Amino acid sequence: MKERTIRLTVNGRPYERTVEVRKTLADFLREDLDLTGTHLGCEHGVCGACTVVVNGEAVRSCLLFAVQLEGANILTVEGLADGDNLHPIQEAFWEHHGLQCGFCTPGFLLTLYCFLKETPRPSEAEIREAISGNLCRCTGYHNIVIAARAAAEKLASAGPTP
Amino acid sequence: MRSKPTRASSTDVADAVGLERDLRLVGQRVIRHDARDKVTAATAFAADWAMPGMLHGVVLRSLYPSARIKNIDATRAASMPGVAAIMTAKDVPRNTLWTDVPGQTTAVGSLRAKLHVLAEDRVRHQGEPVALVAAETEEQAREAAEAIAVEYELLPGVFDPAQALEPGAPRVHEEGNLLAHWRVCHGDVAAAFARAAVVIEGDYRTQFVDAAYLEPESGVAWIDSDGVITIRVSTQVIEHFRDVAEVLNVPQNRVRIIGTYLGGGFGGKEDVTVEVYLGLLAWKTGRPVKMVWSRQESLLARAKRHPFRLRYRTGALRTGQIVAQEIELLADAGGYAYLSALVLLYATVTAAGPYRVPAVSVDARVAYTNNVPTSAMRGFGAMQVVFGYESQMERVARALGLSPVEMRKINALSRGDTLPVGQVVDTHVALPELAERAWAALGELTPPRAPHVKIGRGLACNFQPYGRIVWLHDWSSAWVGFEMDGSLVVRSGVPDVGGGQASSLCQIAAEVLGVPLEQVSVYIADSALTPLAGTTTASRQLYMSGNAVLKASRELCEQLLKAAAAVLGVDRDAVGLADSAVRTADGRSLPLPELLHACSRMGVPRSHLGVYHAPAGEPVDLEKGAGKVFPDYTYGAHAAEVEVDTETGVVKVLKLVAVHDVGRAINPLSVEGQIQGGAVQGLGYALMEDVVVEKGINMTTSFASYLIPSAVDVPDVRAIVVESGEGLGPFGARGIGEPPIGPPAAAVANAIEDATGARLSVLPLTSERLARALGLM
Repeated sequence: MKERTIRLTVNGRPYERTVEVRKTLADFLREDLDLTGTHLGCEHGVCGACTVVVNGEAVRSCLLFAVQLEGANILTVEGLADGDNLHPIQEAFWEHHGLQCGFCTPGFLLTLYCFLKETPRPSEAEIREAISGNLCRCTGYHNIVIAARAAAEKLASAGPTP
Repeated sequence: MRSKPTRASSTDVADAVGLERDLRLVGQRVIRHDARDKVTAATAFAADWAMPGMLHGVVLRSLYPSARIKNIDATRAASMPGVAAIMTAKDVPRNTLWTDVPGQTTAVGSLRAKLHVLAEDRVRHQGEPVALVAAETEEQAREAAEAIAVEYELLPGVFDPAQALEPGAPRVHEEGNLLAHWRVCHGDVAAAFARAAVVIEGDYRTQFVDAAYLEPESGVAWIDSDGVITIRVSTQVIEHFRDVAEVLNVPQNRVRIIGTYLGGGFGGKEDVTVEVYLGLLAWKTGRPVKMVWSRQESLLARAKRHPFRLRYRTGALRTGQIVAQEIELLADAGGYAYLSALVLLYATVTAAGPYRVPAVSVDARVAYTNNVPTSAMRGFGAMQVVFGYESQMERVARALGLSPVEMRKINALSRGDTLPVGQVVDTHVALPELAERAWAALGELTPPRAPHVKIGRGLACNFQPYGRIVWLHDWSSAWVGFEMDGSLVVRSGVPDVGGGQASSLCQIAAEVLGVPLEQVSVYIADSALTPLAGTTTASRQLYMSGNAVLKASRELCEQLLKAAAAVLGVDRDAVGLADSAVRTADGRSLPLPELLHACSRMGVPRSHLGVYHAPAGEPVDLEKGAGKVFPDYTYGAHAAEVEVDTETGVVKVLKLVAVHDVGRAINPLSVEGQIQGGAVQGLGYALMEDVVVEKGINMTTSFASYLIPSAVDVPDVRAIVVESGEGLGPFGARGIGEPPIGPPAAAVANAIEDATGARLSVLPLTSERLARALGLM
């Protein structure tokens, strides 16, 4: 298979890598950059576990080829915390038990990362709508919704975030 | 362990009665130790692991549900780039795994069912594994697998369990299609029906569903030092090291399974998944091998929940008292036995529900077909029957003009009653209270938002065994020990499926040994290095391994306090452990590290291995009603409020209240999580989930066609935890992993009848089925 060299930024760090042209972004992140926090639940764009942020938008990394990301700025779950300081959304999921097995968690965190920027004071219905493209089989969503609301409050009281 | 939050806010835990109250950590809403790793994605799931020089393995699966394999030609595939190994049945040292089902009591006889690791001369279901390939990359392995030429001769198949039992039906296995048959005969059923004022008959059907954990089956195997075949895998059962050893024909101590934190299990990772294939490929190539099944592969071929046909005939007196139940169950095993006989046993034992019924007959059969195999899934046979018995309860109540709560109160089991199988109920049954609280918590009736919308309410109760069948002689072990600095280590071979299994063990050990939770480290799920704890199935892990940790901790506490008493020159009764120190009655204290050093000098061990044995018994003859089958049961009641669009048939669940008597909530956060998550899986079963299998061909092999609930499909589940202190687990806990999935389907069906008068008896309760029932189409 043909290969191509791409340059992109992931979690603030620039990378230049040569990849097979049909390698997905998810496989590229997991295999070439060792960022295994991007989980693969279905590889057909339904479950949302592989969600990452590309140029400010939440996207499914299983549905893109890495070579389509030339020049892009990508945020994965590994880039959310600032050293030992968790991002307020991570903190909220931690404190409010917004997870059980944790496999779907990175996708929820990054979906909410984008949603809460656009909708800083969401209603419960808006939260449920926002996360309806992310499947969780353990929690029944109850604590995820609570964590999302708590995250919104944390973000609002902390002021603008990077 | 980091020091951030240790407790979350408290809601909704019921006042406990008769519980040990003087506890520091047990009963607290403790944030689990694994949660921080999960929000930072530091948890290394099975597919996140890699080894130097690692190959990638794939499984070639049967295209057909029933066919003879005439020839397999892998010559071309073997010469393809990157291919390191190709294996078919003839390359597997022992290709047949046997399942023993003790206690089978009928004409079928005691059962030894077989499962082939790779198909030999025939395939019995679509997706059955036929060959394995290992190659340098996953793509190369897939390309090579596609190049393996398998010559099939199609055979007639049978795709319905009733047809499978007809004379002359195509035989799935040589021995015939009846896999298991259980019977219960309790009391004089004919006489009981003769005195019934009302007799209700019902014929119900349930569907195939998938566990649909978000993490597909995955693992990595390698040959470790001294030739030990080591497999790091997502499994609910690390004891499968024995199966791998059996297949490879090597001693059991040459195979090690390291269980990862699972991305969900729900019973779907109870049978072997990738571990045997990984073991074979690593053994054959001598190199590390990774195998990750795709979602399509998992949906296609992994064992599902059994579809059941349930026929009920229920007789009741005018007072509402149920006097007779005549029940026929027929389940679809698919192409191989797996755990079908046991699933059917659970259904048989629980078929009459958590009620006192003087006359019960159950006739339960499970048949082989050429459909996708069925096996364990959360609820394990005690699930499908809830739809049957709770639909019947509702219909009897309606016929007699009784409220749903009254109906349950009149018939609820209580301590001292005997189940139809002869087991005496020897713990408290809080069913009347659970039903009342569930119903009351629905609150004000939601007003219909439009003239074509109707609102209805339904109730459903259940009981689910926790712990394994008593004649399996279940046990678990755990090791608890102090390091010299006073930090504590817990080791137990417990797989953590995401329910907080490991974390609860830390709470129990820290509670007993008087140390802060932050000072505990827990090591789990390694068949070589952690004491074996048995499977994370059957809602048994907190019950069994919680008891093992409790026992180890108490015995360790005792041996340390004896040493402390000697050091301090006081009586044993005058010392206790608290805040990481020995405290004496007269106000002195000795820091734990000093005691531990003293123990070293005195030759007193700083650790203890605890083994817990569950109450055991001999196999009972179900038919004669001879006694105990399960250690105990967890009781629950769910109340649902639904909105029905009477023009389209669309049902929306507005409220779901789920109440369970969990005995004692060790960590209410985890308990409520199990209830909320289980109830939502139950709503998926009620409303949308359906593995569609047409003549053995699975039509739902993606998450675009196999639908599970998203956040907009379900309401906020209100979990209410009742603590009777009556369980057999640590501090009076009962199992809560499985029970909450049981009631929602019946509760929703009952609510639909309440709203519309239409009784749906086939799952899932789709808008099409309701529209037909309402005469809309």
